[in-house]
Amino acid sequence: MLTNILRRLVTVIPTLIGVIIVTFLLTRVLPGDPAVYFAGPAATPESIADIRKSLGLDQSLPQQFLRYVDDLAHGNLGNSLATGRPVVTEIVSRLPASAELTLFGLIISMVIAIPLGILAAVKQGSWIDHTCRIVATAGVSLPVFFTGLLLVYVFYFLLGWAPAPLGRLDVFFTEPPHVTGFYLIDSLIAGEGETFMASLKQLILPGLTLGIFSLAPIARITRASMLAVLSSDFVRTARASGLSSYTVVITYAFRNAMLPVITTLGMVFSFLLGANVLVEKVFAWPGIGSFAVEALIASDFAPVQGFVLTMAVMYVALNLMIDFVYGVVDPRVRLEG
Amino acid sequence: MKRRQFLKSMTALTAASALPAPAIWSPAKAQSRQETLLLVTENGPNNLDIHGVGTNRPGYEASWNCYDRLITHGKKTLADGSLSYDRDKFVPELAEDMNVGDMSVTFKLKKNAQFQDGTPVTAKDVKWSFDRAVSVGGFPTVQMKAGTLLNKEQFVVVDDATFRVDFVKKDRLTIPDLAVIVPGIYNSQLLQKQATDKDPWGLEYTKSNPAGSGAYKVTSWKPGVEVVYERHDAWVGGKLPQLKKVIWRTIPSSGNRRALMERGDADISFDLPAKDFSEMKKEGKLKMISNPIGNGMYSLELNVVNPPFNNEKVRQAVAYAIPYQKIVDAAMFGIGNPLFGGKSNDVTMPVWPQPTGYSTDIAKAKALMAEAGAIDTTISFDLGDAVNSEPIAVLIQESLAQIGITTAINKVPGSNWRSEMAKKSMPMMVNFFSGWLDYPEYFFFWCYSGQNAIFNTPSYVNKDMDALIDGARAAAAVGDNAKYATDVKGFISKAYHDVPRVPLLQPYLNVATQANISGYSYWFHRQVDYRSIVKA
Repeated sequence: MLTNILRRLVTVIPTLIGVIIVTFLLTRVLPGDPAVYFAGPAATPESIADIRKSLGLDQSLPQQFLRYVDDLAHGNLGNSLATGRPVVTEIVSRLPASAELTLFGLIISMVIAIPLGILAAVKQGSWIDHTCRIVATAGVSLPVFFTGLLLVYVFYFLLGWAPAPLGRLDVFFTEPPHVTGFYLIDSLIAGEGETFMASLKQLILPGLTLGIFSLAPIARITRASMLAVLSSDFVRTARASGLSSYTVVITYAFRNAMLPVITTLGMVFSFLLGANVLVEKVFAWPGIGSFAVEALIASDFAPVQGFVLTMAVMYVALNLMIDFVYGVVDPRVRLEG
Repeated sequence: MKRRQFLKSMTALTAASALPAPAIWSPAKAQSRQETLLLVTENGPNNLDIHGVGTNRPGYEASWNCYDRLITHGKKTLADGSLSYDRDKFVPELAEDMNVGDMSVTFKLKKNAQFQDGTPVTAKDVKWSFDRAVSVGGFPTVQMKAGTLLNKEQFVVVDDATFRVDFVKKDRLTIPDLAVIVPGIYNSQLLQKQATDKDPWGLEYTKSNPAGSGAYKVTSWKPGVEVVYERHDAWVGGKLPQLKKVIWRTIPSSGNRRALMERGDADISFDLPAKDFSEMKKEGKLKMISNPIGNGMYSLELNVVNPPFNNEKVRQAVAYAIPYQKIVDAAMFGIGNPLFGGKSNDVTMPVWPQPTGYSTDIAKAKALMAEAGAIDTTISFDLGDAVNSEPIAVLIQESLAQIGITTAINKVPGSNWRSEMAKKSMPMMVNFFSGWLDYPEYFFFWCYSGQNAIFNTPSYVNKDMDALIDGARAAAAVGDNAKYATDVKGFISKAYHDVPRVPLLQPYLNVATQANISGYSYWFHRQVDYRSIVKA
């Protein structure tokens, strides 16, 4: 098993090297000159040259690349010019915010989509099946910023049920002591029930926004995969043997139908992590996506590179994890094969 | 069976997601809410020190509130009842006394003034801070230059509590330039400890740690999220502010900022888009304050070096073809002072900005275009200001098509705008400029003079114009009012005839506050001064 994992890890290395080269080159072809941007208004050609030099932008591309790789090897992603802090610090402080939101959204989505998908397959052609289809289509066709603004309008502005869309916590709460960076978990560890409730309330609308958006793939794949399994021989045998419909559907059919669902979950998660930029903007969420967009606007190379790299590493790690989960879910799928 | 269970769980989930926000705050929280201001804006600072490299406008606000100047401006009530700084009235801030001599000005510092870390403020700190401003380069140094504050030798420590600025030459803008944000007083002892060989002025440290004596100190700053200030209780720069705490949150979505205001959760929403402002004003739920931006205008700027706009007649034709009133109504929702339709391009008053003699007259424009023939060009604008600039550009594009000028719209991303401006290659652009120091010669010094600064986007260089600008500056320095008025009228008229830029309108700075908030004042720097704000 261990050698399997190691072997799998080795295959990851070329991917990462590719990612490093591509991010480096991509950020260099972006329009905009960071030196001019940071020289500010009324800059003179000399002051722009000074700044270009201090940013190392006067060197040739290969030289800049070597410097970048050298920094990377030392765990240094460079400094964000816009916030003046190391990119690593920024990413470490913002990633949990995005991850918490994304996970929460995914859980909401799973809680709704998987049962919906199963029911739609079991009662194929019934009103539940149609509901599933409508919900999934509507969810995926509404842009997230629109759903987000709509939810804010209805639940915050009109009804006043949801708290103000002011980010992770109401302004009058202090954040819980940092352990995981997930406010829900940290507040529980610190035993601060009020903070837990406050951050949960802040999470609900943005989480729901993401959840609605990702309903479709999960529900549809669950349904399709369940349909395929339900029509297979072993399910017919199980039914014929007089097993309860719960055992047939959940224990036999669903477990066998889970593989594609897990693949989809993995894809949806990594997709959401990148795609929640707009949700972060709408809900003033201090996440990694909004950070990357702001950096992009300012032609601030280092955070953009750091963001793409972090995302790539997470994608790779997630895919690796899913591969392992396959083996656990279905003994027939082993890495060796 | 299962379905029923499932539906039950669905109902429970829906109910859980609709938890109402607590209506009652614990007494301690209610108290702190009372003394805390929640301010929401679209963007937050990227640096808390205006001397920093590339500090953005919100960063100026942090500097203004965390540092003191030697002097500041008094206030006045405008005709509509709103408060504004008074350009002509200076009041002491860190200095208790200002003595203007013939070629120098001497300040006595307040005795009990101290920095936020408790160190007393001395004349040495003042000198160090002014030396810093003229040495760090970039914007602060250029701003000091605008008041002829050029080198360290001008700043003299007389004794611990006395400080003198020597003039290189007489300049009316020297004293006003001491009251802008840049010449703040920094804690030199603290910063010298933080300085390194690479960073002799401690810019790295002040980027996130204000080291001033101002009324507010920053207790936490999360870039892109919030700045939290607490009152500096030992502040001597003026009347102790009422607000103990100010929380400044960045809310990028304008719809949400509006919702926060209308629900009563935020206290002030600053710099609203004209559309939101006019709609919210109609609803009448909030206090809406709007002030014309002093010494500022939107204009259409034409590159006078390259064809086709090196031809004065073509520029005048453009000036006659612009749908001015439509721009004010449709792009700015009626919020803006017209800078068109005046009696003549030969102005009779030395005031700025004022209407040009141009108004929409397609027939006249066509006549002026007679020799030029068809023109194909581009019209550029800053995407960072798309709310205002884009509709203006579209309206102009439409109208110019009628006189045979076809234009493609070039949207320049905010990060590129400055470098595009610096290249001076855009043939035609919609742009906004405002000068801190509200004097016509200051605007012209930046936008029309032969030094060809970055803001002189048309690259307009003209000897007669320079003579008029220099003449006005020299006359103002010695108080020769008659000559000053003549030169100002002269350079405005010249600018309107030659028309390298076509003034469109003077925009407003829009603010919404809750009914229990008072004391908001308009400032030349167009940021919020927390010190005068009162929450009832």
